[in-house]
Amino acid sequence: MASLTLENVRKSFGPTEVIHGVDIDVKDGEFIVIVGPSGCGKSTLLRMVAGLETVTSGTVSIDGRVVNGVEPMDRDIAMVFQNYALYPHMSVFDNMAYGLKIAKTPKPEIEARVAQAAKMLQLEPYLQRRPRELSGGQRQRVAMGRAIVRKPAVFLFDEPLSNLDAKLRVQMRLEIKTLQRDLGVTSLYVTHDQVEAMTLADRMIVMNGGVADQIGAPLEVYANPQTAFVAGFIGSPPTNFLAPAMLGQSGDGQIGIRPEHVRLAPSGQLTARAAYSEALGAETLVHLRGPNGGLLTVRQDAGEPIPEEGAEVSLDWDVDREMRFGPDGRRA
Amino acid sequence: MAQQNGMVEKRGAGHWLTHAGLILGVLFIFFPIWLAFVASTVTQPEIARPPMPLLPGGHLWQNYSKALTSGINAPVALMLFNSAVMAIGIAVGKIAISLLSAFAIVYFRFPGRHLFFWLIFLTLMLPVEVRIVPTYEVAANFGMLNSYGGLILPLVASATATFLFRQFFMTVPDELAEAARVDGAQPMRFFVDILLPMSRTNIAALFVILFIYGWNQYLWPLLITTDPSMNTIVMGIKQMFPSGDDLADWPVIMATSILAMIPPVLVVIGMQKLFIRGLVESEK
Repeated sequence: MASLTLENVRKSFGPTEVIHGVDIDVKDGEFIVIVGPSGCGKSTLLRMVAGLETVTSGTVSIDGRVVNGVEPMDRDIAMVFQNYALYPHMSVFDNMAYGLKIAKTPKPEIEARVAQAAKMLQLEPYLQRRPRELSGGQRQRVAMGRAIVRKPAVFLFDEPLSNLDAKLRVQMRLEIKTLQRDLGVTSLYVTHDQVEAMTLADRMIVMNGGVADQIGAPLEVYANPQTAFVAGFIGSPPTNFLAPAMLGQSGDGQIGIRPEHVRLAPSGQLTARAAYSEALGAETLVHLRGPNGGLLTVRQDAGEPIPEEGAEVSLDWDVDREMRFGPDGRRA
Repeated sequence: MAQQNGMVEKRGAGHWLTHAGLILGVLFIFFPIWLAFVASTVTQPEIARPPMPLLPGGHLWQNYSKALTSGINAPVALMLFNSAVMAIGIAVGKIAISLLSAFAIVYFRFPGRHLFFWLIFLTLMLPVEVRIVPTYEVAANFGMLNSYGGLILPLVASATATFLFRQFFMTVPDELAEAARVDGAQPMRFFVDILLPMSRTNIAALFVILFIYGWNQYLWPLLITTDPSMNTIVMGIKQMFPSGDDLADWPVIMATSILAMIPPVLVVIGMQKLFIRGLVESEK
């Protein structure tokens, strides 16, 4: 159990800086999810915490101890990789026990710890199997088991669910959350999937181009995005962006309004032409072309009337739902 | 039912034809070996008198024991032993060195890494025969004439094997090395615990190829050994051939040839399973 602190962490590959100074303070036992599009530096950040990448400047500390120059094994961390990185020639038991064997843990203790982790992850029947004889979900569990048996101060997850199919992903998501809560281990979890971020995180970090745009509780980030990027990235379907001129207002920058806050009305603040609709059962997504040709989305309940393709409709919303962003993308 | 039988018969005919072709091919290849075997079981006058016998005679034991214990220049048993030492030495040495150099090239970022790789790769273009004079000079200056070291060491460096292991190591996902690092494995520990077991089939395949390569060396042992007690079997056979007016002891020469064939065959059969797996399958 430990806290994790990143202070003004930067990373350059040659002359290119990919992380432009990130500060994160993770409290003991907290589950933090780093989310962002590919190439935003989220995996690099995680690998710096793990010690697999050097830190160009700034400090990484685990439980108050600066670990910049410390080897991964001495950082008291465990990592779950995207492709699991199980040792193919070793049995499930040996895979989980390998780290403990290297640390010269006494044999009975290794057996006890592996048995406990296997029980927790329902892997007991598979301990003697090789990784290739397991299904994707089971391999994922072994990777988790390998992390658990080491009893680390911090868990690091690098997109652990992205190789699983949709159904299994939901199930494993729940299991990871339960496990983390039961063990109470500080966790840093990287994903590009905002649903994972919203459901797993105590607090989430939205990364954009090597900068942490916003750090906060998922619902807080959703309701109150600090930048236009966050507003556009978090939430599905994404936020609609309008130019103030479209509403007859002055100033540059953008006005964001979430699809669920817009309704089709007899008269409203904006007229648009219906392009196509997606009826999803419980809800319908109506996509429209705005006055400047940009796509807008309205999310409405299933019972509402769906406009014909090409029909002119009016859009209305409550003004206090508007999110105003300055020309620099920051919340005005 | 009748139709089905017809189908089976039709396919059966094709099968027989294929098999007949294969059997014919095997017989064709096998015939010279059979002749050598027959010649090793008869007496010298029987070989010299046409037509040559096609069925084994009754002197098998006599010829083979003569070959094994006394031979013509050196006992064949000794030459077989020398060849075995050389072939195993070359195979094991080459594999060990190539594994380590491939490991260094793939997993360590040291200055001149690519230069070293290309230098190794360049030596592919220089087979033993091309560099034989300088190599001889070096071996002679090290006092390695007529020694196992002289037989083995100059042939131990192998660009082919290094290249093969490099290609294999590059298919191993980086995450595996990183997972091992997080688990606390030092580089050599990772090499021994994870890379070596994963390259098992490649090692077996290479061992077979390199053992036969070492066993079949002719020119190099011919140069580096002058003492008959250091002769290897392949050069030994050649030296049994009569020069000038000497009379050839063909049954003993043939017995020696057959004996020289046995160890490579045993190695191939013994490692067949791993060998084929190593060539066709890459482990996930």
